Amino acid sequence: MSDLNTAMIEKYRNSFLKEVEANVEEGDWVKMCMQCGVCSGSCPLGPHWEHPPQEIFMMIRAGKRDEVLQSDAMWMCTSCYNCIVRCPRELPITHIMHGLAHYAKRLGLAPKNQPTAKFAQLFWDNLVKSGRVNELKLGLSLYFMNGFGEGIKTSLKMKNIGLGMVKTKRMNPMEILGGHGVKDKSGLQKILNKAREIEEAKAQGA
Amino acid sequence: MAKKEYSFYPGCSSQEKASSSNYLKSVETMCEELDIQLNTIPDWNCCSASIGYAGGGELPRLALSARNIALSEQHNAGQDIVATCAACWLATKETQERLHDDQDMMADMNKVLAEAGLKVEAKSPIRHMVEVLIEDFGYEALGSHVKKPLDGLKIAGYVGCQTNRPFGIDGESFENPKYLDKLVETMGAEPLENYDKKVQCCGGALAFSEPEKSQAMIKDIIEAAYDGGADLVVTPCPVCQMNVEVYQDHINAKYGTKFKMPVVYYSQLMDVAYGRNAKDAGLDGQVIRAKQLEEIANKS
Ligand code: SF4
Ligand code: SF4
Repeated sequence: MSDLNTAMIEKYRNSFLKEVEANVEEGDWVKMCMQCGVCSGSCPLGPHWEHPPQEIFMMIRAGKRDEVLQSDAMWMCTSCYNCIVRCPRELPITHIMHGLAHYAKRLGLAPKNQPTAKFAQLFWDNLVKSGRVNELKLGLSLYFMNGFGEGIKTSLKMKNIGLGMVKTKRMNPMEILGGHGVKDKSGLQKILNKAREIEEAKAQGA
Repeated sequence: MAKKEYSFYPGCSSQEKASSSNYLKSVETMCEELDIQLNTIPDWNCCSASIGYAGGGELPRLALSARNIALSEQHNAGQDIVATCAACWLATKETQERLHDDQDMMADMNKVLAEAGLKVEAKSPIRHMVEVLIEDFGYEALGSHVKKPLDGLKIAGYVGCQTNRPFGIDGESFENPKYLDKLVETMGAEPLENYDKKVQCCGGALAFSEPEKSQAMIKDIIEAAYDGGADLVVTPCPVCQMNVEVYQDHINAKYGTKFKMPVVYYSQLMDVAYGRNAKDAGLDGQVIRAKQLEEIANKS
């Protein structure tokens, strides 16, 4: 992971913008931002961002590589798409935020204990295992994830909600034994592996 | 009217005993009444919603939806793909858009899918169930099935974000969409005028990871419904439904509120208005029971 980071620093030396354009999903849009601030003003998580989208785009152009990639800002995106429909330049802001988050994670720079980063990874791991999300296992791994320190209170509350869901048959305790999944698991794995392989090859060669 | 057929992508939360299994139940009932046949995409997989991005890069993530589209083209050829979940709809439609915008990606994707003997063209329209209702039926036709108008119910139409953005329902505004209110009216209930939290984000997946921040938003959504005198909230989105319904106890504990606001799906309103019983409408799946709706359903 950090090898990739070093390689990328070498390769793009002085241009974080170029690095973003080449490696971040929809990153080639960043240069189109005219800094009007509509996205930041529209975002429901606005008050909680360390750096709202407009600021992130400015920082990318100013070459603030570490500050951007180590920030927990892009993990604050709820994917509500409010910014996208309002941006006068039609930047795919939501996707850029997700792309930056993913890239930071790949380079090993994402903040270690960012809860959404952890949850997002758990979600992915959960779904690739069987091809369909197992909500119970996801809930339990979440419980485990928050099972330390200050997270414990949250997870206990979650458990009560889980009980309500079981009562209304919207959660099945038996899912722990396996649960839903696709039949062609090996086909799905092959698809995902190939997709990863193509993406890796592009990153190395870009 | 002739039976209408669609290729159906139910998504993970609609599976049996999953968090919106009551949504699926109510949609099945609604489709019976409207003579709609949903042909489930065989062996469909999870779309990764909007939170899979940390683990999956662009191509792996989009490959998930591409596989579903490919399976639909293979087994349900020529049929529009219909999703009931906002995130499923969005992920699938977005994948289609990206594949068509970028021929290199289309080529890559077909290399990827070939690993499992599949190929994709992504030509068929990808639609949300409410699009189908409004565009293929229309309010008048939907209203013609009403047997028990939902008289006296005041309902806050909570559209949320992803059913509304970035694609939205044709001709509707992103800021103040009207279709849900019109649907409520068509079922004989009264939509809440000027419900100003209509398209407010509920926090989505952040309800798990950032509960304090999400619950603050959810509180506003419910409070605005109470302020307008609503008896219940209706939504087209399973994430909205779950987030707004199940955290009310936590919100009450934290903010000293006394919320107990039922949150139902449009399809549940329709089932009851169409004369079906509470069970067929999936009302036994509500964590906060929608008593008034159950009463109408139980009226003979
Ligand atoms: S709304 Fe668009 S143009 Fe304006 S600051 Fe945000 S990204 Fe830039
Ligand atoms: S999509 Fe993300 S960045 Fe855009 S407004 Fe919503 S939360 Fe903010």
